[in-house]
Order: sequence, then C-alpha cells, then structure tokens
Amino acid sequence: MAITFTLNGKSQTLTDVSPDMPLLWVLRDVLNMTGTKFGCGIMQCGACTVHINGEMSRSCMLPIANVAGKKVTTIEGLSADGSHPVQKAWIEEDVPQCGYCQSGQIMSAVALLAKKPKPTDADIDEAMSGNICRCGTYQRIRKAIHRAAGSKA
Amino acid sequence: MATHLSSELKSLDRRTFLKTSAAGGAALLIGFHLPAHASSDPAQAQEKPPINPLNAWVRITPDNRVTLILAKSEMGQGIMTALPMILAEELYLDWNKVSIEQAPTDPKIYDLGTGGSGSVAGSWLPLRQAGAAAREMLIAAAAKKWEVGADTCKAQNGYVVHGHPERSYSYGELVADAALLPIPNFKEVPLKNSRDFTILGRDTHRVDAASKAAGTAKFGIDSRPDGLLYAVIARCPVFYGKVASFDAAKAKAVPGVRDVFQIETSGRGASTTGGVAVLADNSWAAIQGRKALEVKWDEGAAAKESSEELHNQFVANAAAKPGSVIRNEGDADAALSAATKKVEAVYELPFAAHVCMEPMNCTVHIQSDRAEAWVPTQAPQWAQGVIAEATKLPPEKVTVHTTLMGGGFGRRYQADFVMEAAQVAKKSGKPVMVLWTREDDMQHDFYRPASYHKCQGIVDADGNLAAWKHFQTSTSIAAKWSPKGEEDNGQGEFGTGATVPYKSPNLRIEYTLAHSSAPRAWWRSVEHSSSGFVVESFVDELAAAAGQDPLAFRLKLIGESRKLPQFGGEPDSPPLDTARLKGVLQLAADKAAWSKHLPDGEGRGIAGFYSFDSYVAAVAEVSVKPRDLKIKRLVCTVDCGRVVNPNGVRAQVESAAIYALTATLKDAITVEGGRIVQSNFNDYHMLRMNEAPPIEVYLVDSEEKPTGIGEPTVPVIAPALCNAIFNATRKGKKELRLRRLPVRAEDLA
Repeated sequence: MAITFTLNGKSQTLTDVSPDMPLLWVLRDVLNMTGTKFGCGIMQCGACTVHINGEMSRSCMLPIANVAGKKVTTIEGLSADGSHPVQKAWIEEDVPQCGYCQSGQIMSAVALLAKKPKPTDADIDEAMSGNICRCGTYQRIRKAIHRAAGSKA
Repeated sequence: MATHLSSELKSLDRRTFLKTSAAGGAALLIGFHLPAHASSDPAQAQEKPPINPLNAWVRITPDNRVTLILAKSEMGQGIMTALPMILAEELYLDWNKVSIEQAPTDPKIYDLGTGGSGSVAGSWLPLRQAGAAAREMLIAAAAKKWEVGADTCKAQNGYVVHGHPERSYSYGELVADAALLPIPNFKEVPLKNSRDFTILGRDTHRVDAASKAAGTAKFGIDSRPDGLLYAVIARCPVFYGKVASFDAAKAKAVPGVRDVFQIETSGRGASTTGGVAVLADNSWAAIQGRKALEVKWDEGAAAKESSEELHNQFVANAAAKPGSVIRNEGDADAALSAATKKVEAVYELPFAAHVCMEPMNCTVHIQSDRAEAWVPTQAPQWAQGVIAEATKLPPEKVTVHTTLMGGGFGRRYQADFVMEAAQVAKKSGKPVMVLWTREDDMQHDFYRPASYHKCQGIVDADGNLAAWKHFQTSTSIAAKWSPKGEEDNGQGEFGTGATVPYKSPNLRIEYTLAHSSAPRAWWRSVEHSSSGFVVESFVDELAAAAGQDPLAFRLKLIGESRKLPQFGGEPDSPPLDTARLKGVLQLAADKAAWSKHLPDGEGRGIAGFYSFDSYVAAVAEVSVKPRDLKIKRLVCTVDCGRVVNPNGVRAQVESAAIYALTATLKDAITVEGGRIVQSNFNDYHMLRMNEAPPIEVYLVDSEEKPTGIGEPTVPVIAPALCNAIFNATRKGKKELRLRRLPVRAEDLA
C-alpha cells in the first residue's frame, strides 16, 4: 500500500511501510530525518512533536496511514538554515542544554505563536506543559518564546 | 595500569568511588584491556612521549582555520563551550572563528571520562598549559622567520605580530614550521594573566545551540551508518533474572523482524542482565517483534524484594545495634543519653532514576579486524574497553565516536548498553543500534540509592551544638560494585555530609548497609543528594527547637572562618572553607530578602552545602495550602571559584534545581516483586513548564581555582524547599516538617 503525504512542502510517497508504523519511526528510520526525537512512545513527553496541517501533534503514536493526504512539518522544515524567529530566539537565550527535547519544544512553541502571537505566561504554561525538558530549561524556553513574540524582553 | 586506573576511577566519582571501593572499581575495569597510560594532563603526558599541542589540542590549517579539540563528552552541561574557551584564551584566538571537534578515543593523549562535575576543574590548568605551549610554538616559528627574538613578538587574535610598523603572520602561515619545533615544558610555559582575559569569565553563547535549535545536532540515537539494523532487547523485569527459554516464532512473524537471539549476561563490569534481542529493519518493527516474543524467565531470588521490605530493613537496621562508625569525635552517645532535651528526626529518600531524555542506545559495527561504534557516553574509553572485551579485539582496533548525549546525569558513565550493542552487533555481523525504549530505560537503570537516616542532636542553653549524631542505612553504590558483592562500610554514602560545618564537641556518624538487588550507581550529585537533604533539614530542626532564626543559627554554628579538611576526602581534596559557605548563605539570604515579613501560609527556607568542591546555597519562598504547594521564588547562590562561562554556570544551576525539584516533588522509584514499578512518564512524572518556579542565580566573584558546577546545586534544593514549607506552616494548625521524599500531596494536608 502506498501512502502519500506532504513532508516539509514536498510530496512524499511511501511504499512497503507498515500502515500502523507511527510517523515518528517513519521519519527517523525510514526517511532518516532524525531531527524529530523519540522520548517516551506514549505521547507524554513531546520530544516527537511535529505539525500536521499546521496543528501541533505528537508523532510517536500517530500511524502513518492517518497521515495520508496531510501536510507534515518537522523541525527540518521550519527553516532551511535554522533562521526561523523561534529558532533564533532559542539561540539568543541559550535555551538548549542537552538539546534532545528542543526540536519538540520548538515545534510546540511555533504552533503556540501561530495561534497566539503575543502569548501570556499562562498561555505558555498551557501550550508547553506537554513537553518535558529533563535539563530544566523551562525558564529560558519561556524567555525565548516571549523574545520570538516580541512581547517581552 | 595503576596510573590509568586511578585516573579513570577519579573521573568515575572523585569523592566516593575511589575512596570507598577502589579495589572493587579496579576489578570492575580489569579485563577491558585498558592501556597502561592515560592522562589529560599534557604536563604529565609529555614526559613520554611528548604530546604536541599543535596536533592534540589545536589544529590549524594553512588557510588559518582553527579547530580546538574537546576531550570531554557533551551531555548538556556546556563543556563543548567551556573547555575550548580555555584553549582559545591562551591561544589568543578570535572565539567567533574557531571550530570544535570531539577528541578521538585515544587514552594515550586524553582522559575522556566526564563526570563528578570535574571537567572544568580538572582541565583548567592542563588546557591553559596546552594552549600556552601551542601559542609559544607559533611565536617561536614567527620569530625564527623574522630572525628576531621570540620575546619581541606577541600573539594577537590568531596572528603573531612584531615591530613598528607592525608585521604579522597568521597562525595558518606558521603552523607547519611551529609543529616541528621543540615542545616547551608545559609546566614552565607562561600563562596569561587573568587581568588580560578576553574570553574567560565572560557570558558566552553555547557553541551547540544553533544545531540543537535546527534539529541537525546528532545524538547517539541519530547514528545512521549504511546498512543499519535496529534491535531492542527483552530483559527479565526482575533484577538480574535470566532467560529460561523463549519462543521466537511470533516475533519473527512480525514484518521487518530479521532475527531473534539470546544474549548472555556480561557479569559485573558492564553489569548487563542479558536477554533476548530482536533485530529488525527499523525500531518500530523491533519493538513490535519484542511484544510478540514469548520468553520464560528465571526470576531468581530477587523476585521477593520490594520497597516495603526494604523500608522494613531500614527500620530494623536503625533500631538494631549501632552501625559501623564512620566518624567519631567526643562522645555523642553519652551526651545524648544525659541530655534532658534533644532533637531526633528520621529522614527517608527513595531510589531515583536518571531519565535522560534520549533513552540509552549504542550503535556498533564489527568487522573481522576492527570495530566502529557511535556511543552517547560519559566514558568513551570504558565503552571502547567493553567493545574490545565483547569482540576480543585490541582496544586500539575499536573506534569509538563519542556522540552528543541527550542527557547523562551519571547514567551514561555505565557501559551496559554498550556491551549489549557489541553482543548483538557481533552476532549479526551488521551495523546495529541497540535502542532502549523509555520503559527499558526507566526499569533497567542504575538508581540513586534509597536511604534512611536517623539524626539526633542537642542544642545547649547558649545555643551551641552539644552533640550531632547521624546514622544512615542505605543500599549503597559501593556495595553494588564491590568484588564480593554487597559489602561496604558506607563511608561513600555520606560524601561531604560527613564534613559537618556545624561545630560540635560530640559528633558521631554511623552506617549500616541495607541489601537490595536493584542496580545502583551515580545519579546527579550522587550521595550528596541525600546528605544535603539530611544535614540541612536537621540543622533547621535544631534551629527551630532552639527558637533561632535558621540563617543566624547556621552562621553561629559554623562560627569563625576556618578550613575543614574534607572528611574521608582524597589527599588533594580542598578543605571546606567555612567563610565561603557563610558567603553563599548570606548572599542567598540578602538576595531573597530573608528578613522581609511574609503573610501566614507563606514561608522561606534556606540551605547551604559544600560538594564537588563548590559552595551552593538556596532560599526557597513558598506558599502552602492543604494539598497544594507553590514555589514563588527560588534563589540560588554559587561559589565555584573562577567562572569560565557565567552564562553556562547559571544554566547548570537552573538545570540542577529543576532536576532536584523533580526528585523532591514527583515520584519515587519503587520495587515490587523484584522489579521496578514505574515505567514511563505517566507514572514517573517530571517537573513541567507549568510547575517550574522562577529561578534566580547569583555567582560569587572569585579568583579561586574553578570547581564543580553540574551537580552541587542538587543537594540544597530539597532542604531549602522543605524548610520553607515548615516556615510557611509555623503559625498554622499543624507545622509541616517533611522528612520523607518525595513530598506527596497528602503530606501537605
């Protein structure tokens, strides 16, 4: 069965992939796009966050069959050179430590800002609490989101 | 061999492991064919053979591209930024133009082990010397070309310059000649005056932030050598249980599964449990194959163990005869027997899991005469030794690529996941990644020991400490690794908690080992995570019993400024400087407005602790309601000597504070039927964005030698928080003195 979807703006057709394989593993192991991370496999940590049709989505339990015909954006598709305003804010605030969760954090933050261009701290709490950072970079993530939004220094 | 072992063990855990179980540790490493000589100290290394810094530590191309070599592992702590800053400073380089490259696993040149918060402390002088030696060689090369004295030339921004009008050569133009010059004696090369530093001590951006924000940074789990296969391993859920039998038919029927086979337990060194490997075309197929796999386990005697049984052991140990005496001054027992008023408290801490966001994994490709591995490891050389052992190859035929790590926290000092990958790769003959799922990672960790502490003390009528007694029983780390198994006097379980800064004529510290089959090892801040909680909670209880302000009480008991030798420390361990401890306590109090009135239901708590040769204090400000706690503010003050990158140090303090808050406020790792109960983030919760308090970090300006920073904030967080909860409830119906971690909602009822 062939599955076709749009991946970072380009059409992608997969054949010979188990339809129940989650998008996460298709990205990582079939397409070798390793920017999206495996953290828990049960939608509890957000490391695997991508956008499906512009909406924040966890890819670790999302069967590839359900992605057919949809638009998928991963961290690799956010910008060609890491120049998305959120990525720039992340660098400016030195958010990443180990960095493993940050692809997911950034994808969640971008989805938040698309809906709420000037998020409050409460908005950030609500949108970002699905993403675990074991290095505890939350304070810097908050600052970086405000910086990207231009809402607060 | 001996030289190397002591160096490796120092990195394993400078404060405990070496002192308490050097023999066990040596046994742990013997058999891995480790080379005889290893040191990151170029001064030492140059004696035989000389290490050329213009190859080992800095590489310069003729077109003037400069690459600095990083000989420690980056796990988030920012070492990839901090250590090259040291080299760049002495080399007078333009920081914005340097590249950084991970050192090869060559133990003749590098000491790669990354742990014990020791990377900056241990590399500070050697890297300065290496950078300075390289700089002197470049200057000498230029002087020779110009036929002038080297002392008339100087290094400047990647060039050597001379004379008026100024002439210059770029380092790239000089490097070919310079590399052939005699290598200066590292101990004699002139080091830059700290007044002239332009890089060190300045807020510097992380060099790895951009790739981590772009998603292009490569972690171990992102290794994709050609032809890679993926494996997961079914392990006995009971500690060190064995495979009795297995039926692979259903697993092999899963599309994408290539093979199913057993791997053996690897004994004490890498301490793997063995199991059944499922090898597949991709991770998903491997995971599905493992679900379908049928295994019968020989669970062994550990199946009887539980957290309840362990708690009962603790209680029985505390009630039974005295523990082994770790430290004894005066006669605390007599003083306590005679006292009419004494303070007694019992504290208990559970097992804790590391939970790196990147689950354990290792990628290995074994060919007939060589092996190549991509390993997210804090101990590349150990990984190399383990693969050599599994393959019977000499270590120099094993190329270990040290990758970025999605967290380390001590977990990645182990080599269990490396051994497994080597075993599976050997059997398959293909490049293989052994991937751990989150459940594997949480249930087959090497846990922070569970511990139980009974403290007794007396404050006399003048407010002085008349006696201090600390009994601990725990499932020690050293016992897990001791050659005979489960033997340990427990000294390592106290760490600097045995160097009590509070003056008392009668001081006694005792220990009794409790038994468990649960694997234990170094968890961020190791024994100090419990020692800090116990010592700084108990001194707070003494202050309350004496009706004293907790800060004033501490400062009075610490007394005049003095230097206390680290009890049980290494000969070169710096003493605890009480002036510096008082300094961070006072600074934290000042920044947190310690004396400012708070309404009922709110409170502040303070704690200060010395570990990894650094001084950290914290003040937590909280609001407590029934079953509800809000941390309004967390102030951390740090004296870790000279600061290389203040931005990086602040990040580590913020990080350690959140790490400690998770351990303080979230879940315990518990044991039932000899297996870990918790399995994933749904039952072992992590602190999240909506719960993260604002953290303020203040660094003491110091010219002392740099000391540890990745870990020493952890020990002060739980006591500062619990002391704040006590303070907030002081006027309520019930004072809440929380002595058992983690804090549960019902504790706040």
